[in-house]
Amino acid sequence: MDSKDQDKDSLYLKLIPYFEKYGILLLLVIMIVVMHFLQPDVFLSWRNVTNVFKQISWQSMLALGVFMVIVTAGIDLSVGSIMMLSLMILAIVAKAGAPWYIVVITPLIAGFLCGLFNGLGITLLRMPHPFIMTLGTLYIFRGTGNLISGGTPISGFTDEVRYLGHGRIDLTWFGLEKSQYLPVSLVLIAIVYIIFWIFMNKTRTGKWIYAIGGNPNAARASGINVNKILVIVYSLCGFLSGIGALILAGRTDSGYPNAGLQSELDAIAACIIGGASFFGGRGTVLGVFAGVMIMGILRNGLNLMDVSSFWQQVLIGSIIVLAVYVDVLRRDFGTRK
Amino acid sequence: MSSANQLLLEAKNVTKYFGTITALENVNLKIHAGECLGVVGDNGAGKTTLMKVLSGLYKPSAGSLHFEGKEKVLESPRDSQNLGLEMVYQDLALAGNLPIGENIFLGREPTTNLGLLKFLDYKKIKELTEAHLGKLKINVKSADQKVEELSGGQRQAVAIARSTAFNAKVVIMDEPTAALAIKEVGKVLDLINSLKKTGVGVIVISHRMDDIFAVCDRVMALFQGTNFAESELSNTSRDEVIGWIMGKK
Repeated sequence: MDSKDQDKDSLYLKLIPYFEKYGILLLLVIMIVVMHFLQPDVFLSWRNVTNVFKQISWQSMLALGVFMVIVTAGIDLSVGSIMMLSLMILAIVAKAGAPWYIVVITPLIAGFLCGLFNGLGITLLRMPHPFIMTLGTLYIFRGTGNLISGGTPISGFTDEVRYLGHGRIDLTWFGLEKSQYLPVSLVLIAIVYIIFWIFMNKTRTGKWIYAIGGNPNAARASGINVNKILVIVYSLCGFLSGIGALILAGRTDSGYPNAGLQSELDAIAACIIGGASFFGGRGTVLGVFAGVMIMGILRNGLNLMDVSSFWQQVLIGSIIVLAVYVDVLRRDFGTRK
Repeated sequence: MSSANQLLLEAKNVTKYFGTITALENVNLKIHAGECLGVVGDNGAGKTTLMKVLSGLYKPSAGSLHFEGKEKVLESPRDSQNLGLEMVYQDLALAGNLPIGENIFLGREPTTNLGLLKFLDYKKIKELTEAHLGKLKINVKSADQKVEELSGGQRQAVAIARSTAFNAKVVIMDEPTAALAIKEVGKVLDLINSLKKTGVGVIVISHRMDDIFAVCDRVMALFQGTNFAESELSNTSRDEVIGWIMGKK
């Protein structure tokens, strides 16, 4: 190989890590630009942008939880059911006339306990794979939610309860119009994602989560209590699903039996599109956010263009396969054989 | 540093059952400071099980472990690490997705604590890693390189670097040269010799007679989970040791 070739090669190799890190953001930007040209009047309007964020608000919480689980090379199929059960408990507590600060906290506790149940089941019962435990609890939690509510919607919450999902931050102060408000759920997404970015990247526990996904035997041999970390991860995933329930309660003003149906699949899809690897140990919080956004923008954009929801399914499915294929190629380049 | 010939670790009558299978039966082992003990035996002789007992990964069904004369019960690898007992696993037990430095300090990372949260001190990890790799004369492009990007020999070196980063007194190596290219074998054996000089007791599990006869002072053979034979290296020969492995005296 002559030196010119080597230069080219090393430049290419140098670009790989950046591509790995920010490639998905590039895709997101391209999508935004394309959508803007297809729908120049509507897509980037204040109203539509805030709409997108409102639509992805609760999904982004489920996706973040599932992401941490996927980093450990696990899976959580029960997040949609956890959210539904937490929502139903919230609705029942609200209807019983509890003060709003109790109502707001119940889905968070319920979600956390559901996640704890998953984590303890996976570790204590030594399930061969988290798929099985969380497939079981997918049915168990939704069934329980229907049992306690009688399978009927429970509607009507106070403004305080609905604040996170439905609240608006007025920006007329900054000279903007009344319709140009900031959804509270958008601020919430930002805060939660920043907290979990710090958790995953800067704390020891976050590093151990990546280590477990990279090689659980290495983690165990290093004296890391792998089961304890797994229980923490599944509990946090449940907790985030509980936040999702609280947002959904605000958005829909109702606890209803079909809440979060199949949303676990959306959450997994967002993680995969965002670059998280099913083999574990790989993926970033920023990537998940991009994954959630890509799915949200795709749905929103196709709705704006009146494309049938059947095409949306086909497109999202294709993007998943494509994203994983890119991951396969990247592994071929990045790893020594 | 321990004085020469001081008894560091002793396993007495260690027995380990897995269900109805007896993996180890009344096995004894001693390792002194600055000494290298070779452990040989056929597949299934119990070598790896014995090492996992010594590293706290398995609890013995019967028998006891003594470290510097005191009986110790190891509940986890962390307990053995705290005593200064380190293990280099055959599969190296490295997380390929993490950089070299984070592998070396995995489970024992320097942190800044803020209440319950422990924040990683990345700067310190990098400094300590570079200093430690330099001390062991291990060459890598950067301490930030991911382990999955390294060659087999470099990975082995990282695994050994990890085992010695915290003032190890005994380092146990499971087949340290099995996966290496020939020119990398010599480097690893040099590393073992330099560890011995600093007073570390090294236990090498190996199939390769060349390794055993290059670095060990004493050799013991396991056969079907029991102590079969043991000798100073100077009093035995390759053929005799190979015979022990096959159960012949």
